[in-house]
Amino acid sequence: MSDNHKSAGGVPTTGHVWDDDLADLVNQPPKWWMLGLTASAIWVVVYWLMYPAVPVALNGNYFKGVGLPGSGQWTAIKELEADQKEVDAVRSKYENKLKDMTPAAILADSELTEYVTRSGKVLFSDNCAACHGQNGAGTIQKGGKFAMREQGYMAPMLNDDDWLFGGTIDKIHETVSGGRQGVMTAHKDTLSGQQIDDVAKWVLASSEGNGNAPEFAAGKKVFASSDCASCHGADGKGMQAMGSANLTDKIWRFDGSLEGIKQTITYGVNVGPDARNAVMPNFTEAGKLTPAEIKKLAVYVYKLGGGKADAAVAAK
Amino acid sequence: MSNPATGTESGHVTGLYREHEEWTVNTGGKTIHAKRMPGFFRTMKYFTALTWLVFFLGAYPRWHGKQAILFDVTNRQFHFFNITILPQDIWMLSLLLLLMAMTLFAVTSVASRVFCGYFCFQTVWTDVFTWIEEKIEGQPGQRRKLDGAPWSVTKVRLKLMKHAAWLAISVLTGISFSIWFVDAFDYWHDLLTLNLPVIGWATLVAFILGTYILAGFLREQTCFWLCPYARIQGVMTDAQTILPTYDENRGEPRGKLRRHEEGAAKQGDCIDCFQCVQVCPTGVDIRQGQQLGCITCGLCLDACDSVMDKIGRPRGLIRYASLDEMEGRPVKKLYQHPRTFVYIGIILLALSGIIYGLTHLGALVLRVAPERQPLFVRMSDGSIQNKYVFKVLNKTNKDMYVTVKAEDGISGQQIIGAEQPILVYHGRATPFTIFVKAPEKNIHEEITPIEFRVEGVDHPEISSEYQTMFNGPKP
Repeated sequence: MSDNHKSAGGVPTTGHVWDDDLADLVNQPPKWWMLGLTASAIWVVVYWLMYPAVPVALNGNYFKGVGLPGSGQWTAIKELEADQKEVDAVRSKYENKLKDMTPAAILADSELTEYVTRSGKVLFSDNCAACHGQNGAGTIQKGGKFAMREQGYMAPMLNDDDWLFGGTIDKIHETVSGGRQGVMTAHKDTLSGQQIDDVAKWVLASSEGNGNAPEFAAGKKVFASSDCASCHGADGKGMQAMGSANLTDKIWRFDGSLEGIKQTITYGVNVGPDARNAVMPNFTEAGKLTPAEIKKLAVYVYKLGGGKADAAVAAK
Repeated sequence: MSNPATGTESGHVTGLYREHEEWTVNTGGKTIHAKRMPGFFRTMKYFTALTWLVFFLGAYPRWHGKQAILFDVTNRQFHFFNITILPQDIWMLSLLLLLMAMTLFAVTSVASRVFCGYFCFQTVWTDVFTWIEEKIEGQPGQRRKLDGAPWSVTKVRLKLMKHAAWLAISVLTGISFSIWFVDAFDYWHDLLTLNLPVIGWATLVAFILGTYILAGFLREQTCFWLCPYARIQGVMTDAQTILPTYDENRGEPRGKLRRHEEGAAKQGDCIDCFQCVQVCPTGVDIRQGQQLGCITCGLCLDACDSVMDKIGRPRGLIRYASLDEMEGRPVKKLYQHPRTFVYIGIILLALSGIIYGLTHLGALVLRVAPERQPLFVRMSDGSIQNKYVFKVLNKTNKDMYVTVKAEDGISGQQIIGAEQPILVYHGRATPFTIFVKAPEKNIHEEITPIEFRVEGVDHPEISSEYQTMFNGPKP
């Protein structure tokens, strides 16, 4: 049967016939089509060699694929560098401007502020959020191992408009670059338990706006006559120069419950093992952040929701 | 038994593959030189081909100093006279595609492959290319002769002229395509000064080659082998669709025209003159019935009608007719054709969607994302503050100052951060942050609806609203 590759209707057959008349025709595809197929098959190999798929180690260099002639040897690091260059090209426009600007000047430029708050958000997450919480929402520590010592905020919430050391852009910048450490003396030896109880009740009442109510008169008297007023001010509104808290608002640096207030008064802040711990590190000395990054953070924190307009700037 | 020669000799295999010579699968083996004959459908084709002038000229009109219709892919903006369509409105494109697909389906189900025969660029460009071929090289007979002739000065001259003309059209096609995507006049300037970007050159070269090869050489092979629509449309016809059809009842048995009365009486109207095959741009024989290769261009109708006129028989041996008509079933009216109504229904839905979209595009689009961490902040005066990130997309062609207002929300609320009008840049979304502060005593729900509204300072009619939430503590 092999000698009988006769054509049926002009088409050559393979010589196989089933069921009497079912023949297997040999219809050659067009030549251009076959050439295309062959060329594609060759291209697959060439492409596979050029594409960064095959790991190559030559003369101590590691790379992938042979690449196009003149395109160099592909590595993931090189690609990353190229990508970073692209990003840097976009950023450099702003970054160059930032270098010589004060944080206040940055705030005056809305487009720059938008850029800075965006890159500031990343910096904040990396460097600040551990204590201040994501987006400056504060980190509340309740219960657990440190229940007695550090109940309340681990670090102040930054979205509100209550500032221990001042909420103008320059003050915030000062805080980020130089760090802060508030101090409150312990009163376990200077005040009696009853006095601490009275003054704590008065502090709680003044935050509710009831500081002048007669039932809290005893506490008010303790506040005025002991060393409380010398730091928190006669009106209890605090002094930003030394970082003493405003006791008449509803925002609490530490635990705002009666127990928590009493604990703060008894053991103080930053004055011993039982005292509340409240230290903002010095980020300039830490050397981790550049001056430009600190500026960005200052603007970011200012824009979180509680930044105070500078009285001097506002006056202009 | 297993000897195929047996089968061949007995006529089975040959019989089975008898039609082999009519197979058009390998049409590429020989060039089709279709004859041009005047007639109604020929004239129709010239007119429908004219619609492609829009493709060549449509990118040049200006509107307010800018290109009226510009698909600015680089900047991700589509300009259509006054309307700017940004990627956010992409859903309208899908409706447009749906509309076009459904129009194609509806037309095909009623009158077969009208698009293929009269409007398709492959058909139209091939028509123009063969027209040039005819002007330069002559009638089909002369063309075949020229192709077979040995190379001579005349042949080289004719071929050069033809290919030059083809290439010129291809270049013009490439340019005309490109200018829909970049400013037409800038493109010409860059082209003439050889300053096009790489992508510009690549597009141009691809289109020149594509036009030259597809319309110059591949021609009907494109319809047979490459085009998916040829296959899709083939299955959309049904027994009620009108197609160019050879009236077998009238035509058969076909045979050469005879003068003798008795011979003529036995014979059908078809005189087997092959005019219908000779004029066919895809080289099919319509007398074998509807087939893949038939683009329903109607040229065979013209050819057959002119022959019928000459031999004194009525026209319409090949005519637009449905299968129902051919097989003697009652012919349904167009309105009795339920498929058409389904298609028209979908077309109307898509169309109304597009019209709604275009009229409700709005020049400003406001999106507001409330801050989620923290949801709200207690301020030192006891009030509750929420933070919102605004994104204002400005679709106009000018930067614009907007004011921010809030409706609903909490009584006594105060918007912070929008005391001054805010600049929103044109053609993109400008982000900014807004705070809303409200006295705690007025907050009665954990979540209170609030609606923000931005409004152009100089154009109060340009505005956009966004409904979101004001979060507060548990009351």
